[in-house]
Amino acid sequence: MTKVAVQFTLNGQEQSEFIEGGSTLLAALRGKLGLYSTKAGCHQGTCGACTVIIDGEPRLSCLTLAERCTGKEVTTLEGLTSNGALHPLQQAFMEGFAAQCGFCTPGMILAAKTLLDRNPSPSRDDVIDAISGNICRCTGYEPIISAVLTAAEQLRGKKKNA
Amino acid sequence: MTATLLAAKQPRAVPGLQAKGGTVIAGGTLAVAGLNYGDKIGNPLIIVDGLGLDRIEVKGKKATLGALVTMASIARDRRLKFLHPVANSIGGPAVRAMATIGGNLFAPAPYGDMAVALVALDAEVALHDGKAARKLPLETFLAQRKKLARAFVTGVSFALPEARDFRYTKIIRRKPVSASVVTIAALLPRKAGKIKSARIALGAMAPHAVRARKAELALEGKALDKMSIEAAAKVVAEGTAPADDAYATAWYRREIAPVHLKRLLGEAA
Repeated sequence: MTKVAVQFTLNGQEQSEFIEGGSTLLAALRGKLGLYSTKAGCHQGTCGACTVIIDGEPRLSCLTLAERCTGKEVTTLEGLTSNGALHPLQQAFMEGFAAQCGFCTPGMILAAKTLLDRNPSPSRDDVIDAISGNICRCTGYEPIISAVLTAAEQLRGKKKNA
Repeated sequence: MTATLLAAKQPRAVPGLQAKGGTVIAGGTLAVAGLNYGDKIGNPLIIVDGLGLDRIEVKGKKATLGALVTMASIARDRRLKFLHPVANSIGGPAVRAMATIGGNLFAPAPYGDMAVALVALDAEVALHDGKAARKLPLETFLAQRKKLARAFVTGVSFALPEARDFRYTKIIRRKPVSASVVTIAALLPRKAGKIKSARIALGAMAPHAVRARKAELALEGKALDKMSIEAAAKVVAEGTAPADDAYATAWYRREIAPVHLKRLLGEAA
């Protein structure tokens, strides 16, 4: 099998790896780099479980060829914690019972992060749009929407106090 | 899955690579999904990222969009405000950040909502057949897209409409986003209060976006009133060939297309 070299920034660290030609980013993250937070769901861009952030935008890692990530900045859920401290989104999901089975949670949180990075004061409709490509089958969307709004509030407070 | 990625250096090289069995990968939302499901996708995978096809140009009353312009870029561009509802009706934010104009022209029903809007706008497709660059009306392109599979689409262009003349609706079963049950885009220019050269395009009512010519004719030269709207709605589904799929039956699509055209035209009246 042909192996090709890819180089990108993964969760703030330079990453160089040889991967199978034509592999998706999802396959590289889970199969090669041991980052299991990114979930393999539908493999067709419908469920959002594999959402990662590439250069500040939400992307579906199941539909992204790893070789096309060369030179880009990729963030997975593992990249959100800072010195072991949870990101406000993770904290809000945990405290607001916004994760039941947890399968959709990494994708939900990363989709929400791209919203909050762009818009620190989102409306409820903004949150609904931001997670509209992420399907949850057990928790229900209400606690997820509330958790994102709570995290937004906390992040605004942090910024104010900084 | 093993495949080789090959970066095309210029548009005219792409048709030759396609003729050798290669597949163009734009946003990846169609082709990579196919790869994941074991579809026969030609190798090499032709990457066209470095060809400058991700630009939006608006000069005077004309817009030109490169084939790699994404739905997210359209939704952010203030000059294309009238197309924001179209771009935002396609997938969630991650899909919109990836899905391209070029790819949308190849999306099978019930997908391809941007193509519906572009048919209503009478867009032209720019393509390269390996020898020369040429342009085709989008309608002609869509009707021949299997035959033109080896031509490389480089972009689309269209005249910017008056904002009030363009209308769009997409009927879905799961809000806020899902694949189309029926999509309708309409360009409704008026002269002295009468419709002149309306273009009504339908999505999910045939294998690709099509015009509802009989409905257009029913409006021609008429004021947009109850009588003309009824007349257009009555014939809107004529000649269409919707499919049964997980989202709706063909029967249901034919039944609701007139209802939603009536609503759309009623809002424009």
